[in-house]
Amino acid sequence: MSQTLVEEAEVVHAPERAEHLIAPGHRACAGCGLLVGARLAADAAGGNVVVTNATGCLEVVTTAFPGSAWRVPWIHSVFGNAAAVASGVKAALRASGRDDIPVIAQAGDGGTADIGMQALSGMLERGDDVLFVLYDNEGYMNTGVQRSGLTPTDAATTTTPAGRLSEGNPHLKKDLLAIVLAHRPVYAATATLAYHKDLQGKMGRAIAARGPRFLHVLVPCPLGWRFKSESTIEVSRLAVLSNLFPLVEYRGGILDKVKRIGAPVPVDDYLRAQDRFKHLFRDERGEVEREFLQSIADENARRLGLPVYRPAA
Amino acid sequence: MTADHGLPAGLVTRPGTSAVYQTAGWRTEIPRFLLAACNGCDRCVAFCPEGIVVRLGKNRYGFDHDYCKGCGICAKECPVDDIVMEVEVR
Amino acid sequence: MRVMEGSEAIAEAVRVAVPKVIAAYPITPQTHVVEDLAKYVADGRLDAEFLTVESEHSAASAVLGASAAGVRTFTATSSQGLLYMSEVVCAIAGMRLPVVMTLANRAISAPLSIWNDHQDSMMLRDSGWVQIFAQTAQEAHDLHLVAYRVAEDTRVQLPVMVCVDGFVLTHAFEPVEPLTEADAAALLPPYEPEVRLDPADPMTFGAYAEPSVYTEARYEVHDAMRVAGDVLTEALDAFAARTGRRYDPWFDRYRMEGAEVALIAMGTSAQTAQLVVDDLRAEGVSAGLIALRTFRPFPAERLAEDLATVERLVVLDRSVSLGAGGIVAGEVRAALHAAGAPTRVIGVIAGLGGRDVSRETIRKAFEAEADGWVDLKHELVGSER
Repeated sequence: MSQTLVEEAEVVHAPERAEHLIAPGHRACAGCGLLVGARLAADAAGGNVVVTNATGCLEVVTTAFPGSAWRVPWIHSVFGNAAAVASGVKAALRASGRDDIPVIAQAGDGGTADIGMQALSGMLERGDDVLFVLYDNEGYMNTGVQRSGLTPTDAATTTTPAGRLSEGNPHLKKDLLAIVLAHRPVYAATATLAYHKDLQGKMGRAIAARGPRFLHVLVPCPLGWRFKSESTIEVSRLAVLSNLFPLVEYRGGILDKVKRIGAPVPVDDYLRAQDRFKHLFRDERGEVEREFLQSIADENARRLGLPVYRPAA
Repeated sequence: MTADHGLPAGLVTRPGTSAVYQTAGWRTEIPRFLLAACNGCDRCVAFCPEGIVVRLGKNRYGFDHDYCKGCGICAKECPVDDIVMEVEVR
Repeated sequence: MRVMEGSEAIAEAVRVAVPKVIAAYPITPQTHVVEDLAKYVADGRLDAEFLTVESEHSAASAVLGASAAGVRTFTATSSQGLLYMSEVVCAIAGMRLPVVMTLANRAISAPLSIWNDHQDSMMLRDSGWVQIFAQTAQEAHDLHLVAYRVAEDTRVQLPVMVCVDGFVLTHAFEPVEPLTEADAAALLPPYEPEVRLDPADPMTFGAYAEPSVYTEARYEVHDAMRVAGDVLTEALDAFAARTGRRYDPWFDRYRMEGAEVALIAMGTSAQTAQLVVDDLRAEGVSAGLIALRTFRPFPAERLAEDLATVERLVVLDRSVSLGAGGIVAGEVRAALHAAGAPTRVIGVIAGLGGRDVSRETIRKAFEAEADGWVDLKHELVGSER
C-alpha cells in the first residue's frame, strides 16, 4: 500500500449526488454486500412501490431517526412480520384504488427463513400479491454474527464457533427455495451481486408480475464472513462459480432459466476466500467437511445441468 | 416532561434524510480514479455500497468525497485496474 | 331493536364503520365476530378486504401495514392470541396507528382455559392502547363505533381495544338497537390520515430511536392517552346527542349517593353487581357500585374524587398480577393514595377462568373485610400474601 498523498486534481469530486432510491449516509459497514444488493434492487424496482422491511441490518443501518436512507415509502415494525405487513399493505392499496402500486417485503435470512418463515408461508399460500426479497448474508449479522437457518454447514459463527470439538455450524443450510416453490409462487429466482444485470433483470421481471413472488439474493458480509471489504463482489462471484449458489429462475413453480457460468471453480476457492471457513483447512476433519460441501455444489450442478467441477488430472 | 418536542407522531421520517450524516470520516483509504484505461463499464457505479460513484461522462467517473467509506470494492472490481486505493492523509 | 348475539352486535357495528381491511385468526371466544364479518363480506354487505391470516402475529401485522397505508382496519382476538401478537400490538401503539380491536376477554394459559376473565387485556395494559370495557351487547355495539372515532382523531392517533367478556357477552343474546349507516356517517368522519404509505409522498415508518429521543417518543404516546380521554368524552357526548344512549367516558355510578361501601367492577359483572346493590339497599345497607368503563387511560383523579367519602371500597378483579395481587385494586389503591383519600380498599379476586361471578359472589365481595380470592363455593379465601 503506497503512502502517496492524494492529489486533489486527480480525484474528480462528484458535483452532484447520484439519485439512487437508497441515499448515502447510512451506517452499513464499508463493503457491505447487503447495501449493494438492496440498492440495485431498489433502483430496478423504481419509486412506485411500497416496501415493508423486517428488523435487521438493512433496517437498522438505514433508519436511525431522524435520518432515513429510503427514498421510497417504507415501513418497519418487528422482526418476523415483513411478509404479513406487506399482505396488509397490499390489501389496503387495493381497497383504496391504488392496486397499481407493487408491494415489496424485504428481510434478511433470519427474518425470512427462521422467525419470518410463518409469515412468508402465509403470504405465499394465500397467493397475496407481494414480492418478497430475501437478502441472505447467512447469519444474524446485525446482532453479532449468530447462526441462522440459512447459515451454511461448517461456517463459523458466534453461536456455532469452530473449536477443538467443532467444525462450525453442524446444520444444513435450509433449502428455502424448495419450500417457497412448494407454495407455487408466480415467480421465484436467485441472484447475487457479481451478476448485477441478472439481479436487476430478475427484479424488473418480478416487479412487473402479479401474485406471490420471491427473490433470494445472496449478499456476502465482510464482517460476518470475514474477508476484506474490497472482496464482497468477488466472494459473491465465487459462490456462483463454485455451484454453491446457482442462479435460477422459476415461473409458476417450474424451472425456467439457469444462468450458465464458465468453468466452475472448486468449492475450496470459495471457502479460502472467507475466514469463517478457515478452520476447515487445518486438519483431516476439515478436509472431510470440505468434500461434503463440494458434494453439495456437485449435486446442485447435476440437478440443474451445469458443469460439475473436475479437478485437473 | 411535556409532549411538545417537535417529534412527528410515530417518529415517521422524511425520505433521504440519512444524507445529513457524512460517512467520509470512516475511511482510511480513498480511491483514485485514474481515468486512463476506463472503458465505461459502469461496474464501479453498480457495486458501490453507498451508491456514490457517479458517471460523469463517456469513460469518466467520480465519487462523492462526503460519503466514501474507502471499502475498495470499486478498485477491486474495475476490470481494467483504472481505480487505485491510496491511504488518505487528512 | 332486534335480539342478537353479542358477537353479532359487535360485527354489526364494525360493518357500519366500514373498515377496508380486516385480518384475524380464529380463537375462542372471538370467532363469531370474525365469522359474521366474513359473511357480510361474502354477501357484499361489507366492502372490505378480508385476510385469513396464518397467526395472530400476522393478523396484527397485516392491520398495522394496512393502517399505515391509510385505511381503516379491524382485528379481533383473545387470550393466547393477544399474547402471540403482543409485540406487534405494542408496535401499533408506538407507531400511532388507529387500529380498532375487539378483545373477547379470556383467561391466560397455563392452565389452558377458554373461559372469561380479564387477564388477557391486563397483560397488554401497558401497551399504549386505549382500553374500554363493555357491559352489555348494546354497549359493545356502540363502543366499537366510538372507538374508531377516538382512535382516528388527529389529536389522539392511538389504537383502541374494546374489551368484551368472552362467552358471557360474546355468546349471549340480548336486545340491541343497531346503529344505521346514517348514524355511522354522522358520528364517524372518513379516515383520511395526513401521512400514509404512498409513493406520492414517500415516508419512512418505524425508524429506530436512539436514547436521545426514545423517552420523548414514549411520553408522547402517554400524553396522547390523556388526550384520548378528552376526545372520548366529546365522542360520547356526540353519540348521546344522536342516539339518546349516554355512556360516561370513565365509569357508571350506580346508587352511589351516600354510599358507605362501594364495589368497583368492570365488564358484565358490573351488571350483576347492580342487582346486589339493590338487594343490599333494600336491606338498609348504603351500598353503591362503580362500573369502570375506561381502564386505559386510567381515571385516577376522577375515581379518587368520587370515592373520597366512601368508607370501604371493594375492588372486584377478574385478573391477578401473580405475586402482587388484583390489578384494578392496585391501580385504585394508588389513585386513592395519591389523592390522600382515607378510603379502605379491599381487593377481591373472582371470576378467573370463567368461574361464575354470581350474585352470591358479589355479595360476599361487598362483605369482605380483607383481601381474598373467591373459591368455587363463593367463599372468600384470604391469600397467604
